[in-house]
Amino acid sequence: MRISLTVNGDAHEADVWEGESLLFVLRERLGFPGSKNACEQGECGSCSVLLDGSLVCACLVLAAQADGHEVQTVEGLAQDGELHRVQQAFVDAGAVQCGFCTPGFVVAAADLLARNPDPNDDELREALSGNLCRCTGYAKIFDAVRIAAGR
Amino acid sequence: MTAPVEKLQLGRIGETVARADAIPKVAGEFAYSSDLNAAGMLWGHTVRSPHAHARIAAIDVSEAVGMPGVHAVLRHEDVPGAPRYGLEFPDQPVLASDRVRYFGEPVALVAAEHPEQARRAAAKVRVEYEPLEPVVDPERATEQEPLHPDRPTAGHGYRDDPRPNVVRSLVIRHGDPDTEGEVSVSGVYEVGIQDQAFLGPESGLAVPDGEGGVDIYVATQWLHVDRDQIAPCLGLEPERVRIHLAGVGGAFGGREDLSMQIHGALLALHTNRPVKIVYSREESFFGHVHRHPAKIWAEHRATREGKLVCIRMRILLDGGAYASSSTAVTSNAASFACGPYSVENALVDCTCVYTNNPPCGAMRGFGAVQVCFAHEAQMDRLAAELGIDPIELRLLNALKPGDTLPTGQRITGTLPVADVIRRAAALPVPEPEELPRDPLRLPGGSGNTTRGQGVQRGVGFAVGFKNLCYSEGFDDFCTARVRLLENGAAEVHCAAAEVGQGVNGVILQVAREELGTDDVALAPGTTAEVGSAGSASASRMTWMAAGAVRTACRAALEERERRGGGEVDVERIYRHPRTTPLDPETGQITGERAHVAYACAAMRVVAEVDVDLGLTRVVWIGTAQDVGRALNPQAVEGQIEGGAAQGLGLALMEEIQTRDGLITNASFTDYLIPTTLDMPPVDSELVEDPEPDAPYGAKGVGEPPTVVSTAAIVSALRAATGQPLSRVPVRVDDIVGL
Repeated sequence: MRISLTVNGDAHEADVWEGESLLFVLRERLGFPGSKNACEQGECGSCSVLLDGSLVCACLVLAAQADGHEVQTVEGLAQDGELHRVQQAFVDAGAVQCGFCTPGFVVAAADLLARNPDPNDDELREALSGNLCRCTGYAKIFDAVRIAAGR
Repeated sequence: MTAPVEKLQLGRIGETVARADAIPKVAGEFAYSSDLNAAGMLWGHTVRSPHAHARIAAIDVSEAVGMPGVHAVLRHEDVPGAPRYGLEFPDQPVLASDRVRYFGEPVALVAAEHPEQARRAAAKVRVEYEPLEPVVDPERATEQEPLHPDRPTAGHGYRDDPRPNVVRSLVIRHGDPDTEGEVSVSGVYEVGIQDQAFLGPESGLAVPDGEGGVDIYVATQWLHVDRDQIAPCLGLEPERVRIHLAGVGGAFGGREDLSMQIHGALLALHTNRPVKIVYSREESFFGHVHRHPAKIWAEHRATREGKLVCIRMRILLDGGAYASSSTAVTSNAASFACGPYSVENALVDCTCVYTNNPPCGAMRGFGAVQVCFAHEAQMDRLAAELGIDPIELRLLNALKPGDTLPTGQRITGTLPVADVIRRAAALPVPEPEELPRDPLRLPGGSGNTTRGQGVQRGVGFAVGFKNLCYSEGFDDFCTARVRLLENGAAEVHCAAAEVGQGVNGVILQVAREELGTDDVALAPGTTAEVGSAGSASASRMTWMAAGAVRTACRAALEERERRGGGEVDVERIYRHPRTTPLDPETGQITGERAHVAYACAAMRVVAEVDVDLGLTRVVWIGTAQDVGRALNPQAVEGQIEGGAAQGLGLALMEEIQTRDGLITNASFTDYLIPTTLDMPPVDSELVEDPEPDAPYGAKGVGEPPTVVSTAAIVSALRAATGQPLSRVPVRVDDIVGL
């Protein structure tokens, strides 16, 4: 089937098999490999994107469900060559190690700060609890979000 | 928590430096092995055994071959070269021929145009199995039919152990193991099977070169050892198999062994098309080795004053179906069984067995994690028996330079055990938080299971150590190549695997330091341009890469000086001090050293436990770690925090569940790893006591936090509950005493 969707503000069309997830279509058909596939079942948050402004796991959304909708991926966070403040804070705080979880974390953290510009520690931990990181133990990820909130 | 750092793109030794790959990683532009594409690319899929142990009667691929989009279906007879491979012993079939020995073992391969076509064709490969009784109890394995009658690990200088299914056994006898103490404590400890659970599943792209050779872009820990295993199976000379490091989504030991490399190359060479293989999370649980589960019987004998006089320990490791690095894990478990303590008499008997359980091999901590859990539980038990403060007991027995280990090796480098104990013990413990409080800060968390009723607090402590670099006579080296260009810029080549730990940053820091310029570029890691770097494991990569790059930089400067200018291009090999094997009969050193050097860490933990429901909350972790010298302090802290998290996972939640050898929880829904809600703040102290043999004095820092944190967390849970908690991960039933 053929679907039309907006990704990071630009219109895209793709011929997809009905069983394909939004994540697969973003990564393999539309050239947006920034969202990662780590668990295929919505446990790890590595594929976090905004679908019409709501944070979702792209692995749990069928591509067909995104037909006619707007998607924002990690690739759309930086504007005019400037990293989003969350992205820059991840760099500065040392919140990136292997980085496989990072795209999902920065999308989720940017979404958190858009909703709640000054989260307390409990709100921060709960908001990011759908994103798994195996490298950092999360300490520097928390640092990064606090830095971004302060900027 | 750390203070925000200044923005730094460049830096020299000892400075906090932002990673060169951080910007592409936060932007989603960094290419991991699963992100690669090529024109005309096919997708590979692996047919895997649904049995833990079975004979293969027949494999029928006829239906699969004719399915839409399918370009190849391969079986064992399609492997043109050696039928078996292995990290250290070639005991593992590329594709099973007559027998499968573990659940998920590769049996056939499919390449198709769409990954779903490949999966559907794989489901149509008909394999006729005759199930065999699986060997699943490691305590009975040495009495059952051998899984490898040809004994792949025999004849390699290990103790000659005639029992069936022994991968390696090692007995260390030190002093008089029959020495009695005035007091004695005993315990039996168990460690479950932990998964590395790196976020980026196994994946890679194999591209045929059109001349019979192949380029493989893959996430791995050691490019050259991959090549040396792959090429013989493809029937190719090593030069025709070029391995290139693709972006690595974490490793932790789980990428030391091969996964899709040979399979992808077989399909690519067969179809003459690029082939990509990406494992699913479920498949990833079958696609790599795990941490050895262990059972440990320990007895500690001491004087009434608390001085250890004799330690006796028996260790049983389940190696699973293939050898992988089990012989080295055996050596490590035995070598560090007594902990970082001075003891004049010891008997350590360690055996690793083959079973039909999931194969085990390298995982962060490598044998030291399991024994640390046991020796630290024993030290707490001894302290309680003697009525001595557990920290004082550890200080009384702490190893120090000049002391002799149970293997007879004298500690010639730094090992500030007493320092790390004192500094961890001095970290201020947070005050108990008042009630009521947000359920997120109570055991049970958002499950909202208590208002504080039944919640008890405990403070625990542990110290541990392990070796740095490869041991027991392994020819461990690292190569670096440095080009100095006429315009003053420099280009460094080193095949060290950047797996997230930050070795690329270390390489650049060293080159800038040695060359006195910021204009340094690091070329991509590949077997095509530079010699082996050795493995990104054993807490060795910083030490070895720093040594190789420093040596090559200095040689390049000398060469330019000698020539009076112009472009120079030099390659140099660095080796650490030579080691020799442990004696197969006594477990004693046969030369000056069996291990190169050591690093230690101490950790203090506060935990709260809902003793009615068996739910836990780790409140705070404080740690002091022997780092030699911190080359990049922020990156060192990151290793400590992440390493502590993996130990927390093993303490509280992480275990691969099996039933008759079949994994029953191969997903992130059922195999839990710590989340943001599970991890407490980590206060870390870096104890800098430079290692004389290490470049710049820097010790590897990745493993010690994982070695010690499981033990420290369970120590806190015992303090909170009064329960023995002799098995990890700790289960609800163990806490409530069912």
